[in-house]
Amino acid sequence: MLTTPSSLDQRLGLSRHVVLPGPLRLDGGALLAPVEIAYETYGALAPDGDNALLICHALTGDHHVASAHPRTGKPGWWQRMVGPGRPIDTDRFFVICANVLGSCMGTSGPASADAATGRPYAMAFPVITIRDMVRAQALLLDHLGVARLAAVVGGSMGGMQALSWAATFPERLDACLVIASTARHTAQNIAFHEVGRQAIMADPNWAGGDYYDGSPPAAGLAVARMAAHITYLSEAGLTEKFGRRLQAREQKSFGFDADFQVESYLRHQGLAFTDRFDANSYLYITRAMDYFDLAEEHGGLLAHAFRAARARFCLVSFDTDWLYPTAESRAIVQALVAARAPASFVELSSPYGHDAFLLDSPELDRVVAGFLGTGA
Amino acid sequence: MSLRPDLAIIAAHVPPGARVLDVGCGDGELMKALRDSRGVDARGLELDPRNVAAAVSRGLSVIQGDADTDLAGYPDQSFDYAILSQTLQTARAPDRVLDELLRIGRHAFVSFPNFAHWRVRLSLLWGGRMPVTRLLPERWYDTPNIHHLTVDDFRAHLAERGVATENAWFLSGDKRTGGGAANFLAEHAVFLLRRNSAD
Repeated sequence: MLTTPSSLDQRLGLSRHVVLPGPLRLDGGALLAPVEIAYETYGALAPDGDNALLICHALTGDHHVASAHPRTGKPGWWQRMVGPGRPIDTDRFFVICANVLGSCMGTSGPASADAATGRPYAMAFPVITIRDMVRAQALLLDHLGVARLAAVVGGSMGGMQALSWAATFPERLDACLVIASTARHTAQNIAFHEVGRQAIMADPNWAGGDYYDGSPPAAGLAVARMAAHITYLSEAGLTEKFGRRLQAREQKSFGFDADFQVESYLRHQGLAFTDRFDANSYLYITRAMDYFDLAEEHGGLLAHAFRAARARFCLVSFDTDWLYPTAESRAIVQALVAARAPASFVELSSPYGHDAFLLDSPELDRVVAGFLGTGA
Repeated sequence: MSLRPDLAIIAAHVPPGARVLDVGCGDGELMKALRDSRGVDARGLELDPRNVAAAVSRGLSVIQGDADTDLAGYPDQSFDYAILSQTLQTARAPDRVLDELLRIGRHAFVSFPNFAHWRVRLSLLWGGRMPVTRLLPERWYDTPNIHHLTVDDFRAHLAERGVATENAWFLSGDKRTGGGAANFLAEHAVFLLRRNSAD
């Protein structure tokens, strides 16, 4: 329990960073020590500690969930969902969002310095899993004096973490909200990630991951992002946004410039991504997602993952999301029903594909607020 | 807000603290009443995503799904009561839905509009047209009611399948009517059922 007023407690607030001694035993067998975690908190922990809410971010996300990014000045990635009076109401909840293990925004990852050598881990960083990310978050909660979570909330890879929370720490969780996510990566999911990883590793600048003294494999990482970005959008969304329209020209160039608007858009997305993300982190986190199969961790039966769960669950999918389609959410719901867990599920309609969970959606707001008990 | 008459009957006969599955729960009106007034652990299944969103926003546990296809995953006898209100006649395979209901719940409430009500009979007899009434407001081509049935049809079906009737209520408007002439006088019916233990 926190004993200091929050304004004086250096553990709380925006852009926090902590070095925990660990060691953290990873699924792959390695021990990680120390464990650095970058995180933010919003609101105040109630005296009885029953209002903590953990938000888990997606593949390339960060802990700046509802505050301006300190470097770019861009608003938080879920600012429309999190804040005073928002569906995830920071007047009511003590909200925590931590950068995931393996990332490059301040939490231990391949770009972090290896205490043994003083140099970046690069590919010497141990391969991690979604459950490892969750265990690292649990360490952070221990540090913050948070024994129980009123809720864990996540979209996409954040949803995988939320599910893993329910399976790994059932006694610490009261509610679990999983948006546009899945309990396992399918062959198609793995295939798209493998294209991205191969693009990075085919870039000569990658140099076996040991590029931190020179130029990073920006071209490879940009291609990886371009391929992934397609999977976040719907075909109809792309058609509506770009169609076959040409980019700042009247006719085709009969060359390989970005003739089409969609090409120009993807190139921009790829390039912009290389400014903010580490290529090795991309390898490690996509690997963790590909390894994720919650049923496999529980004897092959997904319902067994929820045997000890005491949380209420809510799953939301979007009808145009072909990355983690509704069928994946349904499979989770069926497992929850078999495990007799209280569960809600709704498929919302959106033209925007997988990305819908980050965009303006009054229906999603209503479901989130209602499930968390902040609705009308 | 007062409950629809058939829902009010069901609500009045679910004991406090029971575990209830409401199949075709709409926006969760009955579930909410059961939870708030009787501390019932209510879960729901509903086809229409807008209704599901409305129910979830009331803090209820409701799964978007179809009574015809999504009941199979519920464990045997995992609820004290399974409820099917005004949904039987919309199912593609109502007999199988009823079987599932009696498998999942120790008891089942089933309510449906009676197609043998005298108004319906008159409409067909004198008008020669598919009836459009208070309880059956849709026309033949846009009705969700694809398996119309009567009180006597249902009773015969229960006898055939060895299902025991623990109680039954018959309604004409908001008023109760007797069981004897129910097939003629009842606009809708509510049955409380269980599997015969001899099965």
